[in-house]
Amino acid sequence: MQTNQLLAMFSGVLLLLGLIAFFLGRAKAARVRANGTAMYAQPDQYAWFAVLATAGPAITVGAVGAFLMLLLGAEIPTTYLLAGSLVIAALGLLVGMRQVKPDFHARQAIERVIRWVLIGAAMISIFTTFGILFSIIFEALRFFKMHSFWDFITGTVWNPGASFLAAAGRAEAGATGAQFGSVPLFAGTFMITAIAMLVAIPVGLLSAIYMAEFAPQRVRTLAKPTLEVLAGIPTVVYGFFAAITVAPVIVDVAGFFGIDAAYNNAVAPGVVMGIMIIPFISSLSDDVINSVPDSMRQGSLALGMTKGETIRDVVIPAALPGIISASLLAVSRALGETMIVVMAAGMRPNLTANPFEDMTTVTVRIVAALTGDLEFESAETLSAFALGLVLFAVTLSLNLVSVLMIRRFREKYRVNNL
Amino acid sequence: MSQTFDDISAQLKRRHRRSARLKWISMGALGLAGLFLVLFFADMLVKGLPAFQQAQIQVEIDYNEDAQRMGRAALDPDESRLVSRTFERQIPVALRENPELLGTTETRWVLADSEVDQYLKGHRNKLSDEQRATVDALVEQGRVELKFNTNFFTTGDSKMPEASGILSAVMGTVMTMLVTLAISFPIGVMTAVYLEEFAPDNRLTQLIEININNLAAIPSILFGLLGLAIFINFFGVPRSTPLVGGMTLALMTLPVIIIATRTALRSVPDSIRHAAFGVGCSRWQVVRDHVLPLAMPGIMTGSIIGLAQAMGETAPLIIVGMVAFIPDVGASFTEAATVLPAQIFTWAGEPEKAFVEKTAGGILVLLTILIFLNATAVILRKKFERRW
Repeated sequence: MQTNQLLAMFSGVLLLLGLIAFFLGRAKAARVRANGTAMYAQPDQYAWFAVLATAGPAITVGAVGAFLMLLLGAEIPTTYLLAGSLVIAALGLLVGMRQVKPDFHARQAIERVIRWVLIGAAMISIFTTFGILFSIIFEALRFFKMHSFWDFITGTVWNPGASFLAAAGRAEAGATGAQFGSVPLFAGTFMITAIAMLVAIPVGLLSAIYMAEFAPQRVRTLAKPTLEVLAGIPTVVYGFFAAITVAPVIVDVAGFFGIDAAYNNAVAPGVVMGIMIIPFISSLSDDVINSVPDSMRQGSLALGMTKGETIRDVVIPAALPGIISASLLAVSRALGETMIVVMAAGMRPNLTANPFEDMTTVTVRIVAALTGDLEFESAETLSAFALGLVLFAVTLSLNLVSVLMIRRFREKYRVNNL
Repeated sequence: MSQTFDDISAQLKRRHRRSARLKWISMGALGLAGLFLVLFFADMLVKGLPAFQQAQIQVEIDYNEDAQRMGRAALDPDESRLVSRTFERQIPVALRENPELLGTTETRWVLADSEVDQYLKGHRNKLSDEQRATVDALVEQGRVELKFNTNFFTTGDSKMPEASGILSAVMGTVMTMLVTLAISFPIGVMTAVYLEEFAPDNRLTQLIEININNLAAIPSILFGLLGLAIFINFFGVPRSTPLVGGMTLALMTLPVIIIATRTALRSVPDSIRHAAFGVGCSRWQVVRDHVLPLAMPGIMTGSIIGLAQAMGETAPLIIVGMVAFIPDVGASFTEAATVLPAQIFTWAGEPEKAFVEKTAGGILVLLTILIFLNATAVILRKKFERRW
C-alpha cells in the first residue's frame, strides 16, 4: 500500500475511535452524574480524556515506529505498525473508559497532556536550528573530505567546473582541475555588502534622526509605515529592478565618466540592496533614538546647545549601541541576501577592488551549485553546504553581537520595548 | 582678549545654521528614501502594464487537407508568420477532434506573435521591413489590435511569451501557502502560548527564546539548504512540490508568528486572567476561553504579515527545486509546482525581450496581492485595536 493511503486509513480509523471515545465517555460520565454522585470534572472533560487516552498512545507508537524505520532503517512492515498502533488505540479506549469515575481528576490529566504538547511545539524551533546546523555541517564535512578546508578558506581560484567528472567516475580526466578557493566569493560578497551599507546607513540613520527629532507628528505617523513598504517588497522584485533598470543606468553613468562598467557590476545590486535595507536601519534607529531619555536632551538644551549639537553630541552617542546593533543586523541581512545578487550580480568569481567589474557572491554560488543537474554527491553540489556553513557562522555571530549591543543599551536606559 | 558680542552672535548664528543644516539633510535623506519608492513603483508600472494587453490578429482559417498535418497551411502565408505558433499548433488538433471542420473556413481573432505585439507597443522587435508593412496594413484595416490579455490570467507558463500566463504559479502559491499556514500557525501559536502563559523561567525556556530570535535572523537561503538536506534527501519528500516548499517556508515563518502572538498575548491585561482564575478556571481554561480570544486579532495580524513575507520569498524555494517549468496547473500537493516569485525569477532569466514585460506584469500581480494582504492586516489591527 502507498504511504499516504496508509496514513489516510490510519487517521480515518483513529478519528472514528476518537469520536466513539468522546461519546461513550460523555455518556458514561453523564450517567454517573445522573445518579446524583458528585464528580471532580465535567462530563465533557471525561470525554476529552477518553479521546486523549485513545489517540495519544496510538499516535506516539505510529510516529516512533515510522521514525525508527527512517532513522535506523529498521524493517517494520507498515501494515504491522498500523495494526499495532490501532490495537493500542483500542486498548487506550478501554483504559480511558475505566477512568471515567467520580474521583478521577480528568481536567488535570488533560492539562498535563496539553502542557506537554505545548512544550513539544516550542521545541520545534530548537529542532529547526539544530536541523539547519547539522544538515549543513554534515554535508560540509563530506565536502571537506574531498577538498582541504585550508584551500577552501585561503584559495583564490573558484573553478568547480571539472568536478562533475570526478563524480562520474572519471577523476583522471580533470578532477584535479576543480578548485574551490572561496576568497573571491567572499570578496565579492563583502564588496556588495559594503556598497549596500554605504547607501543604507547614511540614508536610514538620517531618516531616523529626522523622524525622531525634527518631524512633526503627522509626518512621523505617515513616513514610518511608508518606508516599511520598502522592506515588504519581495527580493526577487528588487533583483529584477537591479538587473533591468539600475544596472544599465550605472553602466551609462560610469561610461559618462569614462569608466568601463560591466552589466553585472557590483554597484547595481549593492545600491538596490541598500535601498531594501533602509527601513531596517531607520525603523530600529528610530526606536532607539526615541528611547533615549528626554532628560538628556533637556540637560543639553539647558546648557545652551543647539538642537543639532544636542543630537550630534548627546543623543547619537547615547543611542550608539542600538544604532550599531541595527547596522550589524543589516550587514547580516546583506551577506545572506540571495535573489538580488543572483539576478543582478555576475556568475564569475572575480577577485577585484573595482566595483564596476562583474563579481559573484557566496549566495549566488550556492544557488548555482544546487540548480544545475549535477549528481548530489559531486564536490560542486556539496560545496554549497560548505559555503552555507561559513555564511551561517558569520551571520550568527553578527546577530549575537547585535543582540548583546541592544541588551547593553536596554540595561543602560531601562527601555522595555526594544 | 575676550570675545565681543558681535563675535558671539556670529558664532551663535553659525551654530544655528549648522543645526538647521542637519535638519535639512536628514529631511533630504527621508525624501530620498521616498523618492526611491516612487521611482520603483513608477518603473514597475511602466514596464508591467503593457503585459496586460496583447496583440491579437484577425485571420481567415481555411481548414484544408494540409492543415491536418501543419497548422500553418490553414493561414494566409503572409500572415502566418504573424500568428502565434501556439495557435497554429491547435489547428491540426481541432481538425482531429472535429473532422467535419474539414473544407470549411472561419474568420477569428487569434493571438498574434510576440514580435508583432512588441512592434505594436513600440518596443524592439525582430520583424522584417515587409512584415512591418503587412502589420501596418492590417492595423489600417482594423485586423490587428491590442486587446486585454485574458490569457495572462488563465494559462500557465509557456516558452512562447505571448501565450505564457501566471495561473499555474498562482495556484502553486496558494497550495504552498496553505501548507505553510497549516504547519506554522498552530505550532507558532502553541509555542507562544507555552512561552507566555505556561513556561517557568528556566534554562530551557531561555534557550527556546534565544533560538527563536536567532531563527528570525538566519538568511533565508539556509532554510533552503535545510529543506534540501532534511526534507528531500533524508525524509524523501518529493522535490519541487508545494509540500516541501510549504514545509520549508513554514519553518521560516514560525518565528514571525511566535513573536507576533507573544506580543498579542502580552497585551491582554492580567486582570482578565485573575478574574478567570478567581472563578476557578484552570490555566488552560483561562488561556483557551479568555486570553486567546482576546489576543486573536493580534495573532491574525501577525500571521498575515508572516504569510505575506513567506509569499514573497524565493531563495529557499529555488534550492528545493521550485523553479521548474510548469505549464499546467498542478492538482495535488505532491506534484511539481512553481510559485509566483519563482515564476518571476524564471521569466526574468528568459532571453526574449517580450518576457521583460511578463516579468514586470507578474511583479505587479504579486505586489497587488501583498499590498492587499498587508492592508488587511492593518485594517484588522485598526478594527480590533483595544485600549485597556
